[in-house]
Amino acid sequence: MAERRAESVEQMNFGEHTRRVTRMMTVLWAAVMLAFVPQSALAQEEAAAPAATEAAAEAPAYTPLGPDMIKGQPTPGGIGFQDQYSETGEYALWMHDAILMPLIIAISILVLFLLLWVMVRYNKRTNPNPSKTSHNTLIEVVWTLVPVFILVGVAIPSISLIAKQYEPAPADAITVKVTGYQWYWGYTYPDNGDFEVISNMLPEADALAAGLPAQLAVDNRMVIPVGVPVRIQTTAADVIHSFAVPSLWFKLDAVPGRLNEKVMMAKEPGIYYGQCSELCGIKHGYMPIAVEAVPMEQFEAWVKSQGGTVGAAEEAAPAEEATEAGEEAPAEEAAAEAPAV
Amino acid sequence: MATTAEGFDAHTEDHGHHDADHKPGFFARWFMSTNHKDIGTLYLIFSIVAGIIGGAISGIMRAELAEPGIQILNSSIPFVGVGAESMDAALHHWNVLITAHGLIMVFFMVMPAMIGGFGNWFVPLMIGAPDMAFPRMNNISFWLTVVGFISLLFSMFVPGGPGGNGAGVGWTVYAPLSTSGSVGPAVDFAIFSLHLAGAGSILGATNFITTIFNMRAPGMTLHKMPLFVWSVLVTAFLLLLALPVLAAAITMLITDRNFGTTFYDAAGGGDPVLYQHLFWFFGHPEVYIMILPGFGMISQIVSTFSKKPVFGYLGMAYAMVAIGVVGFIVWAHHMYTTGLDVNTKMYFTAATMVIAVPTGVKIFSWIATMWGGSMEFKSPMVWALGFIFLFTVGGVTGVVLANGGVDDNLHDTYYVVAHFHYVLSLGAVTAMFAGFYYWFPKMSGKMHSEFLAHLHFWVFFVGVNVIFFPMHFLGLQGMPRRYPDYTAAYAYWNEIATLGYKIMAVSIVIFFINIIYALVAGKKAAPNYWGEGATTLEWTLSSPPPFHQFETLPVIDEKGQPVTA
Repeated sequence: MAERRAESVEQMNFGEHTRRVTRMMTVLWAAVMLAFVPQSALAQEEAAAPAATEAAAEAPAYTPLGPDMIKGQPTPGGIGFQDQYSETGEYALWMHDAILMPLIIAISILVLFLLLWVMVRYNKRTNPNPSKTSHNTLIEVVWTLVPVFILVGVAIPSISLIAKQYEPAPADAITVKVTGYQWYWGYTYPDNGDFEVISNMLPEADALAAGLPAQLAVDNRMVIPVGVPVRIQTTAADVIHSFAVPSLWFKLDAVPGRLNEKVMMAKEPGIYYGQCSELCGIKHGYMPIAVEAVPMEQFEAWVKSQGGTVGAAEEAAPAEEATEAGEEAPAEEAAAEAPAV
Repeated sequence: MATTAEGFDAHTEDHGHHDADHKPGFFARWFMSTNHKDIGTLYLIFSIVAGIIGGAISGIMRAELAEPGIQILNSSIPFVGVGAESMDAALHHWNVLITAHGLIMVFFMVMPAMIGGFGNWFVPLMIGAPDMAFPRMNNISFWLTVVGFISLLFSMFVPGGPGGNGAGVGWTVYAPLSTSGSVGPAVDFAIFSLHLAGAGSILGATNFITTIFNMRAPGMTLHKMPLFVWSVLVTAFLLLLALPVLAAAITMLITDRNFGTTFYDAAGGGDPVLYQHLFWFFGHPEVYIMILPGFGMISQIVSTFSKKPVFGYLGMAYAMVAIGVVGFIVWAHHMYTTGLDVNTKMYFTAATMVIAVPTGVKIFSWIATMWGGSMEFKSPMVWALGFIFLFTVGGVTGVVLANGGVDDNLHDTYYVVAHFHYVLSLGAVTAMFAGFYYWFPKMSGKMHSEFLAHLHFWVFFVGVNVIFFPMHFLGLQGMPRRYPDYTAAYAYWNEIATLGYKIMAVSIVIFFINIIYALVAGKKAAPNYWGEGATTLEWTLSSPPPFHQFETLPVIDEKGQPVTA
């Protein structure tokens, strides 16, 4: 337990470091932000490239995205899904909006209409003599088989959606290991030197001061490269958490002792908010998730700013092993603690 | 609340006299009861008390959720004896509230009312039996449920976690939050409460199965049983098969917590997801346990007030059997995000959608029963019509959630909360009110006010829809469940939902006024106060029925009607 805390403190220092770097680069940040205003990918790349060369001398050219880049968040009074920024998300949204919603609205209206019809047509006044009909094999077969066909029609796109969601990431995809803690998230980048970023919720005042949504904004975001599949592996250090980002159609439980894997992809640069989605204790409501998708160069610069490494696929393997070894220590401690409880 | 039989002799019209010889004294009658009607009454009173407590808890929750931030929790904590007021204590208290609300409503409100209350009262009456097969076991079933409830309430007053008193683990009691994540005896008491209530339900289930198989009146074959009896029979089998799995799962929780086992601890070779499989193997049949008796009641009511026999009787009966069977093989749709493999997820998606078919058969058969009928809009019928529509709305969102790929976004959001409250709070509870108004005069001998019952319906209907419909929007927007607090974007629909709670609360006041009115000033109920449409055996008895009925067993003819009525 103590070891883990020490580790977190160390990771916090990474966060502190980022902030210091950020402060130093405020001026540069403003310049890049101006360049970011036209949101086409091309414009961003152009903006990023000179920034990178300019800053290469002393500090990496990573600048956290500002509030104007928030893409995935709830809208006040909204009644539908959040806008989707991933391919599976778009497909799932289409499936919901084009197939499921019309279907369930049609069924509800059909039942409502039939109820109103029988109430008007077959009440005591309009139909004083009730019929004694209690069977009609044909209609019973029809109302059994028609729903079967409808459901088969729903099942086909549904099954293919699941298949899409389970497509594994390409072998060279970047891996982010997401660890749920009570009550914050840790993001480890085993392919990039195995550094861990600790992500805590920003206090409400700080979030609002920065123009970010309260209870969604975090101190250190999970940064991923935009437009490429990212391999997300989730696990937890204490109890079950769930890593959820609605606008990327992503939700995967973080279960202690297990490593779950799923592909995440953001098609556009931006900030995508989510929240822990499995009851995990008192501060379950206060461990939000913020994913920041940036162009690859920005991502690599960010990795370097965190003390990580870029490229060199050989490094990944030993780093991953180290993670596994690190994994076991807290679990054993938990076992040792259990009887004492 | 409800008084029961005042007359003993089934064969005279005079029910006013007291037959003290055959009725035990107060203590023996209500505390050592072996009479299915008295036990049914006790269950109903118990369920109403539990419902008030569970409903009050949801009131605190809705008040807290009315706006962003933590406003109410600190002021409601003192009621459960937490010392220091702190943010942690408030947040823990929230988890205690959601846990208590779920467990109370499921185990101590819906189940006792549906099965213990209406089942006990009307299964023997409808099959022409003098009582349940095992009257003493019936009694212990009830008192185990009561003691279970006390254990649950007690858990709220003992230390339960980092923040304070009570079990804050959710009604699903997932490990490891419920094992290593919750220190203190509260979770043990909450788990023990499920053991007790579960044992009571298993005993009750064996009692119903035995009664229905062995004590039907001569001539009443299984295929002539009223559909309410069918629904209780299927429910009893679900209880009998599902509850032992829950008992095993939570016993392993207890040993993990207290005796060093590691069934659910990966560090010792266990698996937290194993608990979820076991829990939902029970948990999914459990949701049908809560709704099937409601289906049965709605069938009786729709038939009675349409003055027509139920359309497609066999289809209706076997649709319930099918729902019961399929209900056992769809459990992992509650676990789509736990990391199931792709084939498992596809299977559970397909299997879950299958349930829509028998459910559709039931909805369409109810409408076909009314088709060509001569409908009378008495209070039970209005509630039944409301049920059919609300249950349909709850059912179709279930079809959405059945899709594993879509559920990846909706899982554990308010969309799920909206879905299961539409089928339970607006479905099962609406069915219970329908059944209550249908049979209350039969149980008490006093007519309720039809006006108040209709008013109750409309206020309740508006209230619950205003509470729960906006939750669909919140869920689609991504608001997670079990949050005491939320970002500003969710404020609008939460405020509306809280407004709905206030409307719904008014309807409950109307309900109690109606009961008091009926008991104090209600007109005396005739044996068959609903008229020609009511054809099952309970309507051949006085209202209330004699303390012991059917000493001479009724004989059922080919058409399922008693030979000498």
